Amino acid sequence: MILSADEWGIVALSLRVSLVAVGLMLPVAFTFAWLLARSRFPGKLLVDALIHLPLVVPPVVTGWLLLLLFGANGPLGRLFEQMLGVSFMFRWTGAALASAIMAMPLMVRAMRLSIEGIDHRLEQAAQTLGAGRWRVFLTISLPLSLPGIVAGLVLGFARSIGEFGATITFVSDVPGETRTLPIAIYSALQMPGAESAVTRLAIISILLSLAALVASEALARRASGGRTNHVL
Amino acid sequence: MSFDIAVDHRIGDRLIHLRAQAGAGLVALFGPSGAGKTSILNMVAGILTPDSGRIAVAGETLFDSGAGIDIPAARRRAGYVFQDGRLFPQMRVRANLLYGRHGDAPLPFDAVMDFLGIGHLLDRWPATLSGGEAQRVAIGRALLSGPRFLLLDEPLSSLDPARREEILTVIERMKRDLAMPMLYVSHDRAEVERLADQVIAL
Repeated sequence: MILSADEWGIVALSLRVSLVAVGLMLPVAFTFAWLLARSRFPGKLLVDALIHLPLVVPPVVTGWLLLLLFGANGPLGRLFEQMLGVSFMFRWTGAALASAIMAMPLMVRAMRLSIEGIDHRLEQAAQTLGAGRWRVFLTISLPLSLPGIVAGLVLGFARSIGEFGATITFVSDVPGETRTLPIAIYSALQMPGAESAVTRLAIISILLSLAALVASEALARRASGGRTNHVL
Repeated sequence: MSFDIAVDHRIGDRLIHLRAQAGAGLVALFGPSGAGKTSILNMVAGILTPDSGRIAVAGETLFDSGAGIDIPAARRRAGYVFQDGRLFPQMRVRANLLYGRHGDAPLPFDAVMDFLGIGHLLDRWPATLSGGEAQRVAIGRALLSGPRFLLLDEPLSSLDPARREEILTVIERMKRDLAMPMLYVSHDRAEVERLADQVIAL
């Protein structure tokens, strides 16, 4: 199957958008997952609900909220522009932001589950062996939650690769900037005679998702070393 | 005085209350299941904070609610052997043994390997060890962390009779060779009579 240069560009853009989205969301999602799994604070229920919002509201609504917050005149949009010189409107950065927000609930859920599954008694054992807070975190908690982190990354990546509604609402369909695979497929469907392009892009989409799935299986297996997580 | 413990602690509707002073050697904490024996060990190790009281080991105060002293678990230098081993599943035996390595260990690494007969297990994963092997590795890990005292929580309970004898022998040798305060939790009278220099009934 031979793709045109334009189509390769779409694939490359989709990968860039998804990898940046998932990469930037990783520390954020892990922090949320950790807080939700391990700490009690006032307003926890509200934070939990807000994190899950992109999972339950229509993506178009999420896109519209992003437009209000991160648009050229949105409070956060202006902040990013002034502080970091990053603007989102009609740019691939906006597509990455939309993808990251849509992927967030799935990533947080997967990570939270594995953090909650850590046997706290192993962390206590590490303490009695002289390990301080950070050493316990880095050598016990983090490695034991690795399968969940990997699962979260893959789910997030798959979600990002398929992201459509929030992206097209937030940053529209700009070839070379925000026209990722799903948006390109949708645009091609609007044009007469582009059936073969649609087929090629759809096959690429399926292959990418399958590759992510296979990679996650392999990674999860490696992360757990083919072992069960039982103590004895 | 090896262990000097005076604590009160409430867990749910259960009240743990202990006043005990013990001399040198192996001190057994003896009592039925649910009497709070493990909670006492956890308080001495610093992973459970008593509601009030005072804990001193070998003359050093580890906890004193009145004086506001609460040395963190990581700095108490307790060699804690848990009932269920609690080896780290994501590390091989060698990494488990070296996790808490401390310059002041009572025995050097090779001596601990010989003493416990675990030198051939170093490259294994904890999940592949038998109960007796895992318990010996857990004891080795505690010894190599440079403990100033040992806490042993029913180290025989998960083992079959042949393995029990093996670990009992190891504990008797530790008692003889290490001259370190040892607090040993058990609900088995025979075990206590065989090992203990002093018994605290709970």
